Amino acid sequence: MTKPDVTKNGGPAADGLSRRNLLRQAAATGAGIGAFSMGGAGNIQFIPAALAQNEPPMGTWPAGSQGPTVSIGATVPLTGTYAASGSDESKGMQLAVDHINEGHPLIKKIAPKVTKGLLGKQVKLLVADSAAKPNEAVQAQQTFINQNKIILMTGSTSSAVAVALNHFAEREKVLYVTAITGSNDTTGKDCVRYSFRQNFYGQTAAAAIGPVLLKQFGKNRKSAFMTPDYTYGHTVTKSVNDYLTQHGGWTMVTNQVSPLGTQDFSQYLTNIANSGAEFLLNVNWGRDAVLSIQQAKQFGIIPKMTLIVPYQTPFLAKEAGPELTAGVYAATDFWWTLEDKYPLAKMFVEAFDKKYGYKPEWGANNSYMQFAAWARMVSEAGSFYPPDIIKQYEKGETFPSTVGDVHFRPEDHQAVHPVIIVRGKKPSDMKNKEDYWEVLEVLPGAPLMQTPDAFGCKLGAYT
Amino acid sequence: MINWANFISQCFNGLVLGALLALISSGLTIIYGTLGVLNLAHGAMFMLGGYAGWVAYSYTGSFIVAVIAGSMFVLVVGVVTERVIIRSFYARTPEDQLLVTFGLGIVFVETVRFFFGSLSKMVPPPPGLVGITPLGFMFYPTYRLALLAIVAAALLALYVVLYRTRIGMIVRAGIEDAVMVGSLGIDVYKVFMLVFGIGAMAAGFAGIVNAPVVSIAPDVGEAILVQTFVVVVIGGVGSFPGAVLGGLIAGEIISITSMFDPGYSYVMLFVAMTLVLVLRPYGLLGTAGRE
Repeated sequence: MTKPDVTKNGGPAADGLSRRNLLRQAAATGAGIGAFSMGGAGNIQFIPAALAQNEPPMGTWPAGSQGPTVSIGATVPLTGTYAASGSDESKGMQLAVDHINEGHPLIKKIAPKVTKGLLGKQVKLLVADSAAKPNEAVQAQQTFINQNKIILMTGSTSSAVAVALNHFAEREKVLYVTAITGSNDTTGKDCVRYSFRQNFYGQTAAAAIGPVLLKQFGKNRKSAFMTPDYTYGHTVTKSVNDYLTQHGGWTMVTNQVSPLGTQDFSQYLTNIANSGAEFLLNVNWGRDAVLSIQQAKQFGIIPKMTLIVPYQTPFLAKEAGPELTAGVYAATDFWWTLEDKYPLAKMFVEAFDKKYGYKPEWGANNSYMQFAAWARMVSEAGSFYPPDIIKQYEKGETFPSTVGDVHFRPEDHQAVHPVIIVRGKKPSDMKNKEDYWEVLEVLPGAPLMQTPDAFGCKLGAYT
Repeated sequence: MINWANFISQCFNGLVLGALLALISSGLTIIYGTLGVLNLAHGAMFMLGGYAGWVAYSYTGSFIVAVIAGSMFVLVVGVVTERVIIRSFYARTPEDQLLVTFGLGIVFVETVRFFFGSLSKMVPPPPGLVGITPLGFMFYPTYRLALLAIVAAALLALYVVLYRTRIGMIVRAGIEDAVMVGSLGIDVYKVFMLVFGIGAMAAGFAGIVNAPVVSIAPDVGEAILVQTFVVVVIGGVGSFPGAVLGGLIAGEIISITSMFDPGYSYVMLFVAMTLVLVLRPYGLLGTAGRE
């Protein structure tokens, strides 16, 4: 599947239309959009027209971009099950902000119009702990909006948070770039006009790792799944299982659904040990993944069953130990040895390693790249006005990334981004202490993706 | 359709989990019974035991040293906490006591996070206890079997201290009537300090012996705290035998429900707690008037 032409040539998002026309058009269609736009429209009435330049104020615009700095609000899990990844992600975010402010060569490769800062303003990153809980994330972002007039939100690392912030972004009319979220729903049934996702997700993970598994292990095998009990877990398990059953005749003999933050997996593992499965497909993430894999080893399930990680979690090999991840197939978004293949990846890994003293995992890369993409859209649009930036994304122009050229789909705001298939290295094959995974394949994103409306995505209004 | 091998395995899981819960809960219950303070920092004590043990393990490589260091460290933390902070709260309202112990828990967790980060740490089991043991009906991790024995021994030790020593007699008398104990000329504050220390140590000991099973992270005590409260409510507040019975019941409920659908294991646990509260508000082995 190639990039649809409509994204190049326009539709309502094309350059030629003035903002005023766009507003008029949005107003005309606005009646049908429903409750989300009502709140925004209501607010607009109260603000004196003298404040606005060409358009009525909306969300934190223009207040958030009138000073010498603009702020980004990040809610990442710094505590709880996903804390390790959250801390890695916030490092990637900070590096991107530093690079934008200093006009680093890497950021200029992705966003050539970035000078020192963005449209003449320095960018500031504000970070709060979400503990991967939707209510805490929304509260923190609300505070950032009220007190700091942030012009961009980010952070999730739980699709439950991403979905909540999607709807919050739509209501507040403040842009949101999601950070790690693997659920199909984020750019599916819960997609919104104000949110963009960069990384891979259930559907693309399944379509990428499925053929590799069938080729490696053959047809008609028995699988046991371990699934965290929320939107990410359920959609990833469904996508992967659907692929394996439909294309390879595999049977899911048990699916052990556990709450986020489970510590003792003995009950779940006992059910799996007695299920007769040959493969353990572990969709758990963060510390849940580490603990469940360590305990599966204690119960002798590994190596009796072959472990497969359909949606890789950062630091898995580091925390669980390379003995446990040796030979394990996983789908992921980025691995640092891709620096041998992509010059931008090399620049990123070197800059990150220099600042933080370790190789970045895919969460950090995703954080960096989504800020770089945003900086590109803002600088190309030459405006902080949210609909201008959204329309810049929706042009679907390709731009360079740490894994080759990528672009955003205008219909569901999902980045068309390759999925990386890796296999865990044996400790004896590791060339250095962070050489945990061998990159087997870099699969182009477009053929892995569903049609944009397959998961029920309907974007909302611009204003 | 019941898979009998699975059923027996899950009963066994329940026994291991239950023993662990019994040990942690007995610490909580003797503190509450004696001091009247509901210690919301008890989960943090569990976590501190794990971390202190892990530090000792990283320096010495010895599991035994780790267990001793973990327990002793938490004993000291418990004694110091009681002397410096908790003692000022005996005369204050239960709300204040809850708040101060809750706050202490946060301080402990965040201090550990500050020094050790959020990545989980693993303490490997001692060399002789690595691997899997065939039990006939299933293969079971050797260390978890050993854990059952270790925890049972610890519970026995606690029993001996509480029921076969003079200090234990004073503690049990303190649970029944602290004022009377004081008027008999016994320095209840010294006893309170010791009880808080021993109660905390029970949690700390559980924290380090459980570390090879689940590995440790700063928030490892949060989930266990909730389960522990349920155990204490089921067993009867202030009752050591109640904590043991409640722990085993909770462990079995969680495990056996998991066989059918793990999603309902906590539902069933709280159903059991509700039933106990309705039918026997002072707990299965509790005494009326103490709840």
